[in-house]
Amino acid sequence: MSHILKDTSIVKQKSSRDDVTMRVCMFIIGLFLIIAIVLPLYTMLSKSLENKAGNFIGISNYVEYFSTPSLFQSAYNSFLISFISTIIVLLFAFIYAYALTRTKMPFKWFFKIIAIIPLLTPSMLSGISLVYWFGNQGVAKSFLMGEPIFGSTGIVLGSVYWVFPHALMILITALSITDARLYEAAAALRTSKIKTFFMVTLPSCKFGVISAGFVVFTLIFTDFGVPKVIGGSYNVLATDIYKQVIGQQNFQMGAVVAVVLLTPAIIAFSVDRFVQRKQVALLSSSAVPYEPKNNNTLDYTMLAFCSLVAFLIICMIGMAQYAALVTFWPYNLEFTFENFNFDLVEGGGWGAYFNSIRLSIYTALIGSVMIFFGAYLVEKGRGFKFGRNTFHGVAMTPLAIPGMALGLAYIFFFNHPNNPLNFLYGTMGILVISTITHFYTVSHLTATTALKQMDAEFESVSASLKTPFFRTFQKITIPICLPAIFDISIYLFLNAMTTVSAVIFLYSADTRLASIAVLNMDDQGELAMAAAMAMMIAYTCGGVRLLYAIGSKSIITRTQKWRIK
Amino acid sequence: MIIQNNHSYLQVRNLTKNFGKFTALKNISLDVTENEFICFLGPSGCGKTTLLRAIAGLDIQTYGSIHQGGKDISSLPPSERDFGIVFQSYALFPNLTIARNVAIGLENLGIHTKQIKDRVDELLKMVGLMEQSKKYPSQLSGGQQQRVALARAMATSPGLLLLDEPLSALDAKVRSHLRHEIKKLQRKLAVTTIMVTHDQEEALTMADRIVVMDNGTIEQIGTPEEIYITPKTKFVANFVGTTNFLPSVIISKNSFKFGEIVMTCETGDLNAGSLVTIAIRPEDINARDVKDTDKNVIQTEVLHLEFLGSFCRAKLGHGDLKDTTIVVDFSKSITRLLNIDLGSKLKVSLPPKFIRIYLGE
Repeated sequence: MSHILKDTSIVKQKSSRDDVTMRVCMFIIGLFLIIAIVLPLYTMLSKSLENKAGNFIGISNYVEYFSTPSLFQSAYNSFLISFISTIIVLLFAFIYAYALTRTKMPFKWFFKIIAIIPLLTPSMLSGISLVYWFGNQGVAKSFLMGEPIFGSTGIVLGSVYWVFPHALMILITALSITDARLYEAAAALRTSKIKTFFMVTLPSCKFGVISAGFVVFTLIFTDFGVPKVIGGSYNVLATDIYKQVIGQQNFQMGAVVAVVLLTPAIIAFSVDRFVQRKQVALLSSSAVPYEPKNNNTLDYTMLAFCSLVAFLIICMIGMAQYAALVTFWPYNLEFTFENFNFDLVEGGGWGAYFNSIRLSIYTALIGSVMIFFGAYLVEKGRGFKFGRNTFHGVAMTPLAIPGMALGLAYIFFFNHPNNPLNFLYGTMGILVISTITHFYTVSHLTATTALKQMDAEFESVSASLKTPFFRTFQKITIPICLPAIFDISIYLFLNAMTTVSAVIFLYSADTRLASIAVLNMDDQGELAMAAAMAMMIAYTCGGVRLLYAIGSKSIITRTQKWRIK
Repeated sequence: MIIQNNHSYLQVRNLTKNFGKFTALKNISLDVTENEFICFLGPSGCGKTTLLRAIAGLDIQTYGSIHQGGKDISSLPPSERDFGIVFQSYALFPNLTIARNVAIGLENLGIHTKQIKDRVDELLKMVGLMEQSKKYPSQLSGGQQQRVALARAMATSPGLLLLDEPLSALDAKVRSHLRHEIKKLQRKLAVTTIMVTHDQEEALTMADRIVVMDNGTIEQIGTPEEIYITPKTKFVANFVGTTNFLPSVIISKNSFKFGEIVMTCETGDLNAGSLVTIAIRPEDINARDVKDTDKNVIQTEVLHLEFLGSFCRAKLGHGDLKDTTIVVDFSKSITRLLNIDLGSKLKVSLPPKFIRIYLGE
């Protein structure tokens, strides 16, 4: 009798000590994500449905928002400039990526390095540079034929510049994964080069193009730096939130704008996830990599094009560099380091710069450890599928949340007097939390990808050998994934150095940051100093990247001997 | 209540595994004797790996129980069970040397460094890789890596060795060599072993007993000879080796009709009129000195001839067979003796003792 009962009852596996430890660890990191993402967003959503006194008023705020022409105009403006900039960026980045992946153009290494430059600077830098080029006393003001740079023109130009590398990286990946045999087949069928391009090349990377389009659209749509510096009276959603919250202290309306800002970002995010899933299935494992052939006409046309783009990028950063070193533009063009005397003006001074360094180091260290460990628990944990899937889902959301929305949500959540975490408000801690959260998803995905490439049976073998998971994690997983962990920490460092959007609402007098100092100096008309501070960020990021390239190479050759056959 | 025979080491009872709506294992029961080498054989998707992973605790069964060495391990996590495992992918830790790979299980036992080293040396000597101990896995060939994986699995002297398609990723020569080595090692260490494979040759040469599986159920358990010579089901007859299937009707005791041909064989208690399938292996069909007085003689013609090295495989048809065909293996000498070629007219006999009958078409 007893065995009949046994046979019909579902067997539940007992949890090992490891399973319990892993779940507890995952719960702790999960708790962080809930506090850092879910609760603040929820608080913001409910705020947008309240009046100033804190009473629930349904969607009245939204009705008011959409019936205020000036506010609604900003939404339209945001869409317009994002759309135009996206088209331009896609066009430039596609040709540039094509030149780098599908031609034998000379000096590819040079063009690859140049294209990274915008990633090393805060987005405001392009705005400042544009003022020097095309502003009221701009060098090349006549190029615009009387059009003012302040407004949509400036925002589009500045946005195109700083999102260019983001689009480029996605498109390079998309153009790199192709099957050479498709081209051989096309050639064997005597298909013309142009027809081959439209029948083979474009279809094979269409998902990459769509993905790049949505990513840059979202970046521009939610960017705050460029429109703040060069937007003039041209309002966009990101600057509106800032004005509502900082200018008018209208938090409820700020929340409404943030939710409006969130919507297209979430749509873009969902489409991007969907598209990326399709992209994976595109390439079979038996595909042969494409090897470009010499073609003088194409190679030199591409060289000319890439040189032009590289020239524009250099002009942009070069002007900022020049501005940082000139005494008093345009009247006294003598070189000076006076502009680096940040302590002379309000805005944070050198203290802000060192705060930024601290923020970046904390973010990189704490972030990479926590994010990688979290991804490990999700990827290699046993059982508890619901918990792991939920964790993964929450880890994916920050990508869809614009920094401004996140920052504002943090005000609502952490600044609430009843919140026991209230003590974090105005500290370096909240800046670190918000920055890690803001850039969580990409780091999480990098970690997940690296972990997925490891043999799925390592954990099974370890269990059979009675090796505790933390030993496997420490002796096997970390050494194997070291390159990915480095990538995550450098990604976090660079972004913490350059970000403004989330932290703009969260810094205090003691925790001013370099990127925010750039904005404040620009606000006070200290454009040269803003340029100098922006360049300090660029030097730091460039230097760290260089150090990283050299350092990681030597560490990897030392610790990754086993990779060599 | 569990029936425990004397030397039974592992008892699987009524094991069922559901993946959502799909049932991967249907009520599997199985006994493994101590020191036995068992093979789970079957096509992909038959549930053999699922069964192995359930025994290891890597993917827990939905229902049913497993006892190992008298202990109920049904719901234990893998780390609390007693087994060593080798995977098709080797799953060697790429950043550790060969010696460290083998040592890692021993390092958790809290034994002396010197003892660990001795044990590692002993194991590496046993698999013939002593000289490679300082190398990394990527510097070794596939066969060598799999031997390291074997040494690692055996390091802690587990009571049960699980091999999940260990030879499938290797090329033919290495595979047959390693087959012997694993078998030799298993005998020497006298460890109860379960190997999953889809390769019948592997199963036939290595196993003490074979468990043939299909669709999540066990089709037959038996020694390699039993499985090959007396396959219990049509599936086994077809999956292990090659078999001719002839749809027939029983016409009376010990006689059946295939098409228009009446033949004889042991029919047991099957009733006249039963639809059956007659099975006979290609090598059991006789072509030498066939007399008209022999039993089950068929007049046919060679339609197709396939040269397979040591023998020829012929497809016979026409004549008595009409539209159906049968496959027959001829040794080289018979091919020469009878001068068999395409189009040759041929008389063959189906010896009754080699004929097996399965109910249904």
